[in-house]
Amino acid sequence: MDFEYLFQLLCGGLVKGSIYALIALGYTMVYGIIQLINFAHGEVYMIGAFVALIISGVATLSGYSGLSVLIVAAVVAAIYAAAYGFTLEKIAYRPLRGAPRLSPLISAIGASIFLMNYVQLAQTPDFLPFPELVPEFEFMEPLLQYVSSVDMVILVMTALTMVALTVLIKYTKIGKAMRATQQDQVMARLVGINVDRVISATFVIGSVLAAIGGVLIASRTGQINSAIGFMAGIKAFTAAVLGGIGNIPGAVLGGLVLGVAETLGAGYISSAYEDVFAFGLLVLILILRPAGLLGKAVKQKV
Amino acid sequence: MTHLKRSLGIGLWFMFLTLPLMVVRVNTVSSEVEWRWANLVWAGLCAFAIAWLWQFSIERRAAKRAQVAADAHPQKRKPTLAQRLADDPVLNRRVLLGVGLLAMAFPWLVSSGQNFYHVNVMVSALIFVVLGLGLNITVGLAGLLDLGYIAFFAVGAYTYALLSKNFDLGFWTCLPLGGVMGMLFGIVLGFPILRLRGDYLAIVTLGFASITKIVLENWDTVFGGAAGIANIPRPDLFGIELDGRQKAIYTYYIVLALVALTIVVTNRLKNSRVGRAWMALREDEIASVAMGVDMAQTKLSAYALGAFWAGLVGVVFAAHNSFINPDSFTFMDSAMILAMVVLGGMGSILGVIIASLALKLMPEYLRAFAEYRMLVFGAVMVLMMIFRPQGLINDMRRKYEYDTADKEDTDGGK
Repeated sequence: MDFEYLFQLLCGGLVKGSIYALIALGYTMVYGIIQLINFAHGEVYMIGAFVALIISGVATLSGYSGLSVLIVAAVVAAIYAAAYGFTLEKIAYRPLRGAPRLSPLISAIGASIFLMNYVQLAQTPDFLPFPELVPEFEFMEPLLQYVSSVDMVILVMTALTMVALTVLIKYTKIGKAMRATQQDQVMARLVGINVDRVISATFVIGSVLAAIGGVLIASRTGQINSAIGFMAGIKAFTAAVLGGIGNIPGAVLGGLVLGVAETLGAGYISSAYEDVFAFGLLVLILILRPAGLLGKAVKQKV
Repeated sequence: MTHLKRSLGIGLWFMFLTLPLMVVRVNTVSSEVEWRWANLVWAGLCAFAIAWLWQFSIERRAAKRAQVAADAHPQKRKPTLAQRLADDPVLNRRVLLGVGLLAMAFPWLVSSGQNFYHVNVMVSALIFVVLGLGLNITVGLAGLLDLGYIAFFAVGAYTYALLSKNFDLGFWTCLPLGGVMGMLFGIVLGFPILRLRGDYLAIVTLGFASITKIVLENWDTVFGGAAGIANIPRPDLFGIELDGRQKAIYTYYIVLALVALTIVVTNRLKNSRVGRAWMALREDEIASVAMGVDMAQTKLSAYALGAFWAGLVGVVFAAHNSFINPDSFTFMDSAMILAMVVLGGMGSILGVIIASLALKLMPEYLRAFAEYRMLVFGAVMVLMMIFRPQGLINDMRRKYEYDTADKEDTDGGK
């Protein structure tokens, strides 16, 4: 047993998993509140990555570079992703509230296809290289064989984002309103919560998280195209289901488990079948424990 | 006036939204930046116009609903053409006969000696009609959202390709085998997951289709990998040699027969015990289980039957193209078939046929719009769900109505 190799894979898996976790949070939060799989969430992530590519591309060509450009690009990307998420909810989901379950789901698939092709037509269907903006940190020397600087940035950023999200949900007013809406929409409305605004806020927060994930993954893989959102979206959804959909710590755990499982499978068995492991895990979880790792089984009431 | 103001605001908002993606195009390979400011103006104008229309339509939708709710005599509304067709058996038979004759004569009318392009296009379109009708059973009638339907199509196509390549089996032997293989895959996959709720089912079927495609791409010793399998024999007619045009026409008749068969089967099933159980499950799972519908068995039958048609027509697809590779079985194809069912009206046979033909033939003849095809699909799927969730043609169900309003009138309006 080669422990160094195993450790390398574990680190790679954690990095990958933390990106999945960031995207999965958006799914889980939206699902928790309006019981909808937001299929277009992966596309919001892709749009975040693209906006960051455009900003950082223009910046590098005008002579700026370094971590500060990445931060500016990430902030703009987050703003745009939030705007897209907000608009998406208004157009594709809000008119369908109260419709049969299948309708918003199909609308979500349509929105996903639309956004993917919109970016493809407005930009390009080809892969675009993402500028390298993360410098090699000196203090990373001893660890370099396990995690690169980019990976370190990803891990730190993810951890910071999670902390911020926890604070937001636990201690702020909108966080409280979100939790209340998740528990009981009618009751939340009765105590004076503007449910529409809470739902919009959920989409905005989820989209910001997805955009951060998009920027981070783009600077890690070094290239993006308009189709990356689809796979990432499905994987992140898998992560959300794995952890128990609607459950916020569950989404993080699910993302990490999925990332590690995928990397281990790819490292020890075959990298061509990487996606098969993810879906296999999803099917297994759904059959054995449909409520997910941390989810509670909900009894259906009539 | 408020409409104008709101539309202006929405236009500006969309100009902001589309600002980076539509205007700037960075090519990080050749270090070029392209600024397309004209796009910004277009985006703003289009968003303004659409917003105006949107508000108008939303208002109209609300007004219509209020009117329907207030209408005491709902059946006195003017019947639609589809309604008349369904209610009038004589007219129905005449129209069917006419369409059937036209379909039979079609290949002879549009093809000549060397030119049978239109026949080939029609064959592909009809293949998708069968797929649409098959998915209509799963999604439209039973309400099981299947996002991986194309996988069963792939199973059928590869069944024929492999059997004819390795065991030298003919088209007619493989046709039922392809269907059965599709059905087996449907059952094997469906068995463990049919207990899942609708949205989980969607994602698992999607995952299943992805797995199928990955396996087809990577297991190249058996499935030929990304290069696929070539030189698949075309359908044979008792060993008679056929030239290109005749082969195309022959395939056309085979698919046409399949379409007819699918229509008949679906139509008969719809009003059968099984069909009613499907629709009951679609409407309310708990209630129908309480009324004694065997949920697992009913769902499984819908799933397997849908998969059967996909497998069947997959064989025809392989034979028609004489070449298959995994690229023909992507998620986008699944989404397109789903779009056919949704646009046509879930459960409605006529609607699905019209939508399939339209979606498959339009991009073929409107090449200029081909690249916008998926964009329009996506938008139409969203709009359809909002403004006309019942689809182009409403699924007519037998209704027995009792006019309460009239009754009250005769009772002296107490």
